Amino acid sequence: FNKTLKLLMLNQWLTVRCVLIPRLKSPGVKRRFRIYSSALLVLQWLTNKDYKGGERFLVKMAAPLTLLVILSVTIRAVLYRSSLAEVISERVEVVSPLTAWKRVVEGLALLDLGVSPYSGDVFHETPLIIYLFHFVVDYAEITFMLADVITAVALYMAVMDYNKQVFRKQKYALEADRYPLDCLELIRSPKEMYYIPLKVAMFYLLNPFTILSCVAKSTCGLNNAVIALFILTTIKGNVLLSAIFLSLATYQSIYPLTLCAPALLYLMQRQFIPVNFRRVSFWWFIAQYAFMYLGSLFVIVGLSFFLLGSWDYVPSVYGFILSVPDLTPNIGLFWYFFAEMFEHFRLFFLCVFQINVFFYTIPLSIKLKEHPVFLIFMQLAVISIFKSYPTVGDIALYMAFLPVWSHLHRFLRNIFLVSCVLLACSALFPVLWHLWIYAGSANSNFYYAITLLFNVAQILLVSDYFYAFLRREHHLSYGLYLKRKDGSEATLVLK
Amino acid sequence: MAAHRCSNCAALLILCSLSVFIVVDSQETTLNGGHHATTVHNPQTTTGTAEQTAEPAVEERRWEATAVEEATPDDDDDAAASDKQDTSAPETVDPSSVPQPKDDFQEELVIRPLHSGDIYASFQFRTVWETDFMRGNKVSHYRLFPKSLGQVISKFSVRELHISFTQGYWRTMQWGQPFQPSPPGAELWVWFQDSVTDVDGTWKELTNVLSGIFCASLNFIDSTNTVQPSASFKPLGIGNETDHRFLRYATLPREIVCTENLTPWKKLLPCGSKAGLAVLLKSEKLFHSSFHSQAVHIRPVCQDWQCKTTSWELRQTLNVVFDLHNSAQGKREWSLFKMFSRTLTEACPLASSSKIYIDITDNPQGEQFEVSPATPLLSQAVVLGDRRTFSVYDLTQQITFGTVRSLNLLIRWKSSEGDMLRPLLHAERYVAGYGLQTGEIHTLMYNNHPYRSFPVLLLDSVPWYLRLYIHTLTVTSKGKDNKPSYIHYQPSKDRLRPHLLEMLVQLPPNSVTEVTVQFERALLKWTEYTPDPNHGFYVGSSVISSLVPSIVAMDTNSTRERPLFSSFFPCKEESSYFVRVYTEPLLVNLPTPDFSMPYNVICLTCTVVAVGYGSLYNLLTRSFQIEEPSPGLAKRIANIIRKMRGVPPL
Repeated sequence: FNKTLKLLMLNQWLTVRCVLIPRLKSPGVKRRFRIYSSALLVLQWLTNKDYKGGERFLVKMAAPLTLLVILSVTIRAVLYRSSLAEVISERVEVVSPLTAWKRVVEGLALLDLGVSPYSGDVFHETPLIIYLFHFVVDYAEITFMLADVITAVALYMAVMDYNKQVFRKQKYALEADRYPLDCLELIRSPKEMYYIPLKVAMFYLLNPFTILSCVAKSTCGLNNAVIALFILTTIKGNVLLSAIFLSLATYQSIYPLTLCAPALLYLMQRQFIPVNFRRVSFWWFIAQYAFMYLGSLFVIVGLSFFLLGSWDYVPSVYGFILSVPDLTPNIGLFWYFFAEMFEHFRLFFLCVFQINVFFYTIPLSIKLKEHPVFLIFMQLAVISIFKSYPTVGDIALYMAFLPVWSHLHRFLRNIFLVSCVLLACSALFPVLWHLWIYAGSANSNFYYAITLLFNVAQILLVSDYFYAFLRREHHLSYGLYLKRKDGSEATLVLK
Repeated sequence: MAAHRCSNCAALLILCSLSVFIVVDSQETTLNGGHHATTVHNPQTTTGTAEQTAEPAVEERRWEATAVEEATPDDDDDAAASDKQDTSAPETVDPSSVPQPKDDFQEELVIRPLHSGDIYASFQFRTVWETDFMRGNKVSHYRLFPKSLGQVISKFSVRELHISFTQGYWRTMQWGQPFQPSPPGAELWVWFQDSVTDVDGTWKELTNVLSGIFCASLNFIDSTNTVQPSASFKPLGIGNETDHRFLRYATLPREIVCTENLTPWKKLLPCGSKAGLAVLLKSEKLFHSSFHSQAVHIRPVCQDWQCKTTSWELRQTLNVVFDLHNSAQGKREWSLFKMFSRTLTEACPLASSSKIYIDITDNPQGEQFEVSPATPLLSQAVVLGDRRTFSVYDLTQQITFGTVRSLNLLIRWKSSEGDMLRPLLHAERYVAGYGLQTGEIHTLMYNNHPYRSFPVLLLDSVPWYLRLYIHTLTVTSKGKDNKPSYIHYQPSKDRLRPHLLEMLVQLPPNSVTEVTVQFERALLKWTEYTPDPNHGFYVGSSVISSLVPSIVAMDTNSTRERPLFSSFFPCKEESSYFVRVYTEPLLVNLPTPDFSMPYNVICLTCTVVAVGYGSLYNLLTRSFQIEEPSPGLAKRIANIIRKMRGVPPL
């Protein structure tokens, strides 16, 4: 096995060289190439060491992950060097006013001119992002690739841990004979669960949406990394880190605030605290978590204040997210709606649309009390559909979870239709954009129609998974082959 | 009524003496006959001392003389005018109670035949009044100064006010530098007194009042097109306060100037359009031209050399360029009648001086064009760094009008050759790029000086809906990066404030400097578009202000009597002169939504949100149940019958 691995590594090495060497003229590229190759060597060494240590399982899983990481980094590195990078970084589907790299550079340029970046309406990143890129602006490409890799690895580890728990729970349930007899088909086998973490990492790293987002240097990738770390720390049961990462994610863009409900549910489940409003332990845990969350949020906000010495960033970042003044087209529902809105209804509809994101948290938490990880998935999807400036990077994050629910496929009703619509829309976005903006032979309605369709497809996808999840749970408690009173085969309906 | 009350015998006496005094202290003059070419041999001579001791006069021309007798017809006219007013003045006014109006009115017209065959006419009307609007007591006795503007000055604590309305674009490369530059559309810049606390509020009120006075859309000036330039607009009058918090600058490049703006402007003149040069201002001819610009400048000026007393100066200027092919049907022959469909018969009786200057610098021997009737008076003035020679017609002298009692100047070109001196500083601007997503503004600045480099201040005020990216700013001259030594950049705020970019760039000699900056076009709300959205949006001209090295020494004494056209920009040093150049305004297209379907969009988007809400609500509130097929209709009826019969149902 070691030999095969080495052969694969060598192969990878050669492809990297072949692709990169023709472009090794400039010293900057040379330096970056050296960093890539040293990272490669470190990974090789790690896998070898693991193998020698005898941890067969780790090697067996870590090697494909390493390969996947190397492959995805190579794809990104090649795209960065190609002329496509500039085209991609201008695409409205990939970058929004909140996350565009051009605006980060503009903010840094404004700082250099001695103007507060928040005095204008171009820069909407948080002060910590300025601070970060103040140091790593020359290594931006590596930073974004690293963010993607961190996200993928964090999701990988989180899903691995989650799968172990699912398996353990299933074992207990089986031993306690809680499942009906005809549900054996629904029981998940370790064999099929084995590759799920890898598939999750693959779905994230090789998703064209993620690749585009990374090549455009959209700061959405960094937000995704923070959210992935939050998921990892939550699933690992680390309350403090979970609260810290959640506050970071909230600080970056308000919407991840809704993820505190699944985090609380999961952590309580893990610590065997019953979700019961009359219990002191329940409230005590919530108070603890809230204290940690608010404390770290306070520290981060205070730190941002001291970085620039003013509160200007609050209206410029959060006011911008909530009041949607920039109507640049994107894949979301807000831009055209508020471009065409009557002025005196604007505030009302703004509230309605923004509440939409937060609105589903409580009913979903009640319904999915026992399944917080699925709740995380649902919340991420709702955020990415209903947020004010969505990009494809947000979609990529919740799509990475789809392999985790691969056991639901037998209950999905219209996955074929939805995936066709999603693919067609993704292809039509640039076409209709070109027709509207450059050719002038179409108007804004064409692009708007595609965003509508895209969002309908996303909604159908999410609700389909939700339906399948609920249905499987129903079958697990009532049996798979249900019979009517008269003994004939029954069909399940929602009532 | 104030003017009527003021005009009485005492006032008349003072006016007469004042006008005599002013005429005596006239511009650079000499009684010697002279040839203007002699001045070229001797460029070091300051403008004031024109002591030409050249060979005997070649022609029977006489340099403009300061003659006391000139005042005689002036007196007559004034007397006639004031006689008329006396009759209507109320008899009860006590002469001693009326403040002595130390005011003065001058009018002049400069005509410059251009080599392209076009003709440039520049009117200037200057009213100077020694008063103080800012004192506690209200100024209520107006004579020559228009009361509407006086009240504006005192109410809004204005220190300086410059407003211009322009139709058409001044073509610097064809026509040379104008005497008063102005951008297409409306431009307004105001310095407020430092006693003003709420400058923005005062500015808002002032623009609304001026909008009424000039019948213009100045009320469209709001915070989205107002900027506070830090260096480009310095006060032109006296006063060393240069805190730009009290300065407001705005342009409306879309403003269309027409008759309704000219009429109120003419009404500010002491003689209206009844007498003097203003009779030429007929709107049907003025607006049938390539370029039309009218302006009002109010500023405090020094009364004398020591600057002990200050007075308020109101300068009304009107510049117009008539097109060779449009107005003259291609014939290179111009007359006052052809230009304005009027001839002159008298000066404004209230004016202390009323002159017509014809620029004959390029025509010393009369080989290019001939001017008739010929005038013996010649004058020299240093204007825009160049010594120019002018034929002067003094309208206060009856002899000017000849026997027909009417002056119709005729300029007939003899040859169409000859080349104009290229202006030293010239600028142009355009938008590059295609599509409606991004674009790039290119500004080209030409320094045509063969060996001197000089710095220029570039001011760009770009509306917020073109989002500038300052990190893409490049300044290159001669293929090399030319780093500006000073950059003042104020980013825009959406729907609140425009971009302001000011920078100091050194232009190398004989070079083109290109400034580029990229922008992104915003999608606006459907109500924010103009009624013709696909026409595009105007972006105001860039302003380039510079001290250009001068060929001849400039006159730094601002209080000395000079022709009005040469004394607008105060000159601080002799070796250079101030020039302001405006570039073309830009017309930029923005992406537009479909204006016809707000209802459809609201319905469709809400439907999608409702689909999301509905499907989630469905799954959240309902639970799975086994479907029990409902019995058929026949069975149900049978069951009802069986129930009535008391038999168990099927």
